[in-house]
Amino acid sequence: MGTRLWKDPVNIIITGVGGQGNVLASRILGNALTAKGYSVTIGETFGASQRGGSVMSHLRVSEKGAWSPQIPRGGADVVVALEPVEALRVLVRYGNPGVKVVANTRSIYPVGVISGEQNYPAMEDVRAWVAELSSASWFVDATDAAMRLGGPIYGNIMMIGALAGTGALPLDRGTFEAVMAATMPGPKLAANMEAYDIGVAMVA
Amino acid sequence: MSNLLNGKPGESRLFMGNEAIARGALEAGLNIAAGYPGTPSSEIIESLARLPKEAGVYVEWSVNEKVALEVAAAASFAGLRSICVMKQNGLNVASDFLLHLTGSGTRGGILLIPCDDPGALSSVNEGESRAFAKLVEIPLIEPGDFQEAKEAVKWAFELSETLRQIVMVRSITRLSHASGSVVLGEMPKREAKAAFRHNGFVLDPMEGPVLSAPVTYRHDLQQDKLKKAKELFETSPFNTYQGPEKPELLIISTSASSLYAKEAVSLLGMEGRVGLFKLATTWPLPSKLMAQMLGKAGRILFVEEVMPFTEENVKVLAAEMAGTLGVKTFFGKRDGTIPMTGELNPDIVTAALAKIFGIAWTPQPPDYAQKAGQKAFFGAPGRDLTFCPGCPHRASFYSIHSVLARDAREGFVCGDIGCYSMAVLPSGFSTLKTLHSMGSGTGVASGFGKLGPFGLNQPVVSVCGDSTFFHAAMPALANAIHHKADILMVVLDNSGTGMTGFQPHPGLSRDAQGNEVPALDIAEIAKAMGATVRVSDPFDVPGTQKIMHGLLDNVPGVKVLILRQICALSPEKKGKRKFDVMVNPEVCLGESCGCNRLCTRIFRCPGLVWDKARGKARVDEVICAGCGVCASICPVGAIMRVEAE
Repeated sequence: MGTRLWKDPVNIIITGVGGQGNVLASRILGNALTAKGYSVTIGETFGASQRGGSVMSHLRVSEKGAWSPQIPRGGADVVVALEPVEALRVLVRYGNPGVKVVANTRSIYPVGVISGEQNYPAMEDVRAWVAELSSASWFVDATDAAMRLGGPIYGNIMMIGALAGTGALPLDRGTFEAVMAATMPGPKLAANMEAYDIGVAMVA
Repeated sequence: MSNLLNGKPGESRLFMGNEAIARGALEAGLNIAAGYPGTPSSEIIESLARLPKEAGVYVEWSVNEKVALEVAAAASFAGLRSICVMKQNGLNVASDFLLHLTGSGTRGGILLIPCDDPGALSSVNEGESRAFAKLVEIPLIEPGDFQEAKEAVKWAFELSETLRQIVMVRSITRLSHASGSVVLGEMPKREAKAAFRHNGFVLDPMEGPVLSAPVTYRHDLQQDKLKKAKELFETSPFNTYQGPEKPELLIISTSASSLYAKEAVSLLGMEGRVGLFKLATTWPLPSKLMAQMLGKAGRILFVEEVMPFTEENVKVLAAEMAGTLGVKTFFGKRDGTIPMTGELNPDIVTAALAKIFGIAWTPQPPDYAQKAGQKAFFGAPGRDLTFCPGCPHRASFYSIHSVLARDAREGFVCGDIGCYSMAVLPSGFSTLKTLHSMGSGTGVASGFGKLGPFGLNQPVVSVCGDSTFFHAAMPALANAIHHKADILMVVLDNSGTGMTGFQPHPGLSRDAQGNEVPALDIAEIAKAMGATVRVSDPFDVPGTQKIMHGLLDNVPGVKVLILRQICALSPEKKGKRKFDVMVNPEVCLGESCGCNRLCTRIFRCPGLVWDKARGKARVDEVICAGCGVCASICPVGAIMRVEAE
């Protein structure tokens, strides 16, 4: 076991839109925490939700054992949003005055917005609302930075880096690199570690 | 997905519930695994199919669940260990064979593993597998967490061989599709040799022929097996109690609901007042253990999904034992303490507990909840499900919808099960007007197609996917052809079982384990069956629509149109663009076009968005998959596509 957790369990929600790679991001994070000796429970909603719907992963990090794969109402400690308005949606059910939020600024319009039936809010408004509903919040341009690095998928690793940067989890670069190294070849690993470092710097 | 063989015994791995089940089967010496894809069950077969050849396991995606169970049963008859995996509704498909299999009994250990979907997170039903265990009189085990999923599967193989009966291990979405830490066990050496003994005495369970007759003799035997299971369940390590010796309330919970119950007790700080009885052996109930547990408290709360299965079964036992146990007060689904339908979560269970004890419970500060609710109401627009960017189904339904609209006889489409079920939604132009089970679109259409003499003069269309064609639509097609029903069946052939992660089916030339296999040609099959058959590429929008009009207007009887284009998420296609697509702002007339934003208001591809500031359409280059279909729909030709490099 690594460092003692500041509470047990620590509850993380990774939220986004189907196709963004949310499930893989939660799995990578879960593997890194398992490698550190913590007991990790992840609840995921995917399947039909994959097709453009909201997708959430609930991560519960504990020193004791398995927890409910669904975090109770008001129980999130950190929300990582791969899409900005998804942060807001999650806070309604799982937020509390102490929650921290890390959100990607890149919007993905729901079909109802594309068709003109619904409005997508201005980013300044989303920032202000999320700030009001959290104890700390960071809005990071992860997708833009990821496109410069070679593709939007690196954005998810940046978001994990940003989460690590908040200090909410006992996650260190070495463990993360070791877990990533087990699943990918060298050049890909280097790009992913660069993404991780950019993410850490984004919340510094 | 994880490699199931990585890691040493004693090591802890993060496993999805489905991977834990698969690993448990491997630790038990699994030989054969068969199933049909369906969320949330698919990763059990998938993770086994990825094992290297040396692992010595034969894995197949069968044509449907009934055949999958027959394949697994054959392994058992030959003395091997097998599993059969499906989602909840698949059990209905398999149930005819299951009924007879439970009568004949089995030899090598065999597990039936249905994965239910409480809350219908990825289903169009909330079907309950557990009722089948009672109906066909076989033992049922419901593991309560990830580690237990692995251990229970191992144990269930022993049980199956002790009883010579198939055993059901039931999972649910929040176990199958959740992940948790699992400690690995030893892997056995595989030395299985298959032999089917059939020359012994007709009633010999291990040497004679395998059949369910003589029925009453074998039915008695089946009941004896259940009694034996009940005795073994009395001491099962998977039934656990946690709490005070004499609690004020006893919670009886099953499956992932046990985790919700535990969390609820912890949230309310009632560890010293409430007892948690996690029941894993839910059928048949171990009556001595149940009596001991029911004796602990006068008040009992049931926490389970979906139907009050355990609640009702325990109540029968409690009535039988009322003389010694006394009268209990029960809370659960039947009195409305817990909702009758939908999935549970820690909040529902906490609210139920708080109500029983008369405790106030506010999970979020009320002003916070109100503020967040208001902001999200305006700030978080809902996300309807939609076809992926580049999905062939969007193009197919655009054509079907347009053709039926122009035809003006109020034609309609009978839907089927797959990603294309989403065509009930505006994203699929609300094209589907009936939606039930696998293959039912064409069966229902076959019925509609005979209603002409009763005055039905609307064109009747059905859709089904390529995997669904083999699974259950072929008998419906045979019926329609044989009875001269007047229908158009559109096969949305995207070269794989797209919805569940692109598993192979009999129409493809690779099987689950990557072996080369003969592919069955849907067009040739439909031709041989006697239908008028056409094939088109749905991305050729004008060409496809012309064929559809021709078939609907000029050809009587059963027409089969195969719309062939690979799924945008398929390994062959993913991340590769055929076209670079862009909107020419000089040509796009914007709001003044007169098309009323056909491209975004109607077509609704996530990759083609309306740029409010400029009042024109725009391609989102992060999302666009480059299929180029939208270039065919713009009436002024403002959407340009050029072959990608």
